[in-house]
Amino acid sequence: MEKLTFEFEGGTKSLEAGSAYVVVGIVASSNLEVLAERRSLGGKCRFEIATTAANFGETWKVVLLDFMDRNKPRDVFFSINDFSAIPPVVSLRLDQALEQLTHS
Amino acid sequence: MSDKHAIRNSKLARVRQLFGAGKIVPAERTVELLETVIEPGNRIIHEGDNQKQGDFLAEQLARMNPKKVHGLKLCVSSVGLPEHLDLFENGLATELDFAYAAPQAARLARMVMAGSVKIGDVHTYVELYSRYFAELRPDVVCLVANEADKEGNLYTGPNTEETPPLVESAAFGGAIVIVQVNKIVDQVKRVDVPGQWVDFIVESPKPFHLEPLFTRDPALINDLRILMAMMAMKAIYAKYRPKVLNHGIGFNTAAIELLLPTYGAELGLKGKACTHWALNPHPTMIPAIESGFVEAISCFGGEVGMEEYVSSRPDVFALGRDGSLRSNRFFAQMVGHHADMFIGATLQIDAQAHSSTFTADRLVGYGGAPNLGSENRSRRHRSEAFLKAGAEAHAGEPMPQGRKLVVQIVETFQAAGKPTFVERLDAWDAMEKAGFATPPVMIYGQDVSHIVTEEGVANLLLCKTPEEREQAVRGVAGFTPVGLKRDRKMVENLRDRGVIQRAEDLGIAKSDVSRDRLAARSVHDLVRWSDGRYQPPSRFRNW
Repeated sequence: MEKLTFEFEGGTKSLEAGSAYVVVGIVASSNLEVLAERRSLGGKCRFEIATTAANFGETWKVVLLDFMDRNKPRDVFFSINDFSAIPPVVSLRLDQALEQLTHS
Repeated sequence: MSDKHAIRNSKLARVRQLFGAGKIVPAERTVELLETVIEPGNRIIHEGDNQKQGDFLAEQLARMNPKKVHGLKLCVSSVGLPEHLDLFENGLATELDFAYAAPQAARLARMVMAGSVKIGDVHTYVELYSRYFAELRPDVVCLVANEADKEGNLYTGPNTEETPPLVESAAFGGAIVIVQVNKIVDQVKRVDVPGQWVDFIVESPKPFHLEPLFTRDPALINDLRILMAMMAMKAIYAKYRPKVLNHGIGFNTAAIELLLPTYGAELGLKGKACTHWALNPHPTMIPAIESGFVEAISCFGGEVGMEEYVSSRPDVFALGRDGSLRSNRFFAQMVGHHADMFIGATLQIDAQAHSSTFTADRLVGYGGAPNLGSENRSRRHRSEAFLKAGAEAHAGEPMPQGRKLVVQIVETFQAAGKPTFVERLDAWDAMEKAGFATPPVMIYGQDVSHIVTEEGVANLLLCKTPEEREQAVRGVAGFTPVGLKRDRKMVENLRDRGVIQRAEDLGIAKSDVSRDRLAARSVHDLVRWSDGRYQPPSRFRNW
């Protein structure tokens, strides 16, 4: 088990209204669980990851940066429990979490 | 020139001396029969494709005495049995021509490297069948059938598959025809092969092997596959509305089949697209058939467990007077070759969109994919999809032309975490190790019209330069090294032009991607859709 933490500058627009938090996905083989919560982070987004696959820090950074670049969220705290999901699954779950956080 | 018919007659005379008249040979004397009609250096066709395999005759062939019989040239469309390669290990055969070898791919690669198998060449199915009428004319052909009568009339049943071209090449080319049958009967259910074409029949101690190759368990279709299926359906099926099409055998296309009655109906596809198919009786097609999407399916082969369901839909499937399916691999390949669209998966794609399933350690062959998944420069009849794709592919050219849709639908990573998109195909290593003159490419990049991945859909028809094509491939290659090497500005430009479309560009919300959309979520659901007429093999039953 490896723990990783990332923090990125968010977009300029504040997040659309919606839920205070959402959970998507499940902790199952090749899958992951994402908890997304609205938090005052000074415009940043924070990711705390617990993963079964060690030594993929660089890959996580690339995947999360791509997510930030595509969606430009701010003030969201993401807690991730990962069971060796491949990058596209991570992207899908993050996209789903953000969609559900702002569309309910 | 040797007179094959004269040689054949002398072989038959030898058999008559040993076995007497009549076509039926007892199973325990099969090796003796084979050693009597097979001469050193003969070309042998053994019937075995990716579904049915003449396993009894393969065992008997491998038991021949190499002192009597050697230097054989073996032609088999699918190297599916260990006995196929035992023939080489036992010193009986030296040269192999084939189309597909996945079950024996690793051992074949080792034996080629060790020099114990010389590959004539690797083919597609119809390419190999065609050569049986040209330079690969056989001397002895070993076939497989469900039933025979004592005149030699054969019933090949739902799994007729490749028997017709094989038996035709033999019966009119002066070759000997030997058939293993499950049962010798007084009267066959229907005559698939006339007895006049058949020389000898052996009743096999057990029924021939049949692989349920086209059964995909809906329970294994995950969200990524559903996302890709939805994007393909919106960006390609709904846009071009292909009426005649072929699906590969993977889970990605199984997902599309299971989304037709739900998402496909929302997109207005019913009756407008996907009406005629070149396809095996995929169990995952049952919901679409029952929902009225399908007018006809031309089958390469049968599928274990689908017999009763198929017989209950004479409106959709080709049935004999006996009520069972008649498949024909050659004809179904031709249906697919002349179709509006092919969509399937592969193991590796490079930045020029060339794809291959070969690796240095596995000489897997091609099967039918290159015929089904290639632009068809000989097609002349027009259809909405053909013209629409042609208008994109040949925009600005003085001569208007149509275009077949050739779609690769792949996850950016394979199960083992290996990237699907690579800078250099392993096919290059396979070429070097196996001594091929060119890399064994499954589908050439210039034939591909679209690539679908989790990241989006790339329409290669709209690319104006080789550089644009390469960036369109990289632009959907996700987090693979090929994808990460993209020119971000160029990819964004391609996206602005609609060459690359993401889910959001297609109006697909990621939150709508759910297994709830599948018309069936388990094999049991498929059985329910069929009212119990689909009877899955036990390995697919967990209820």
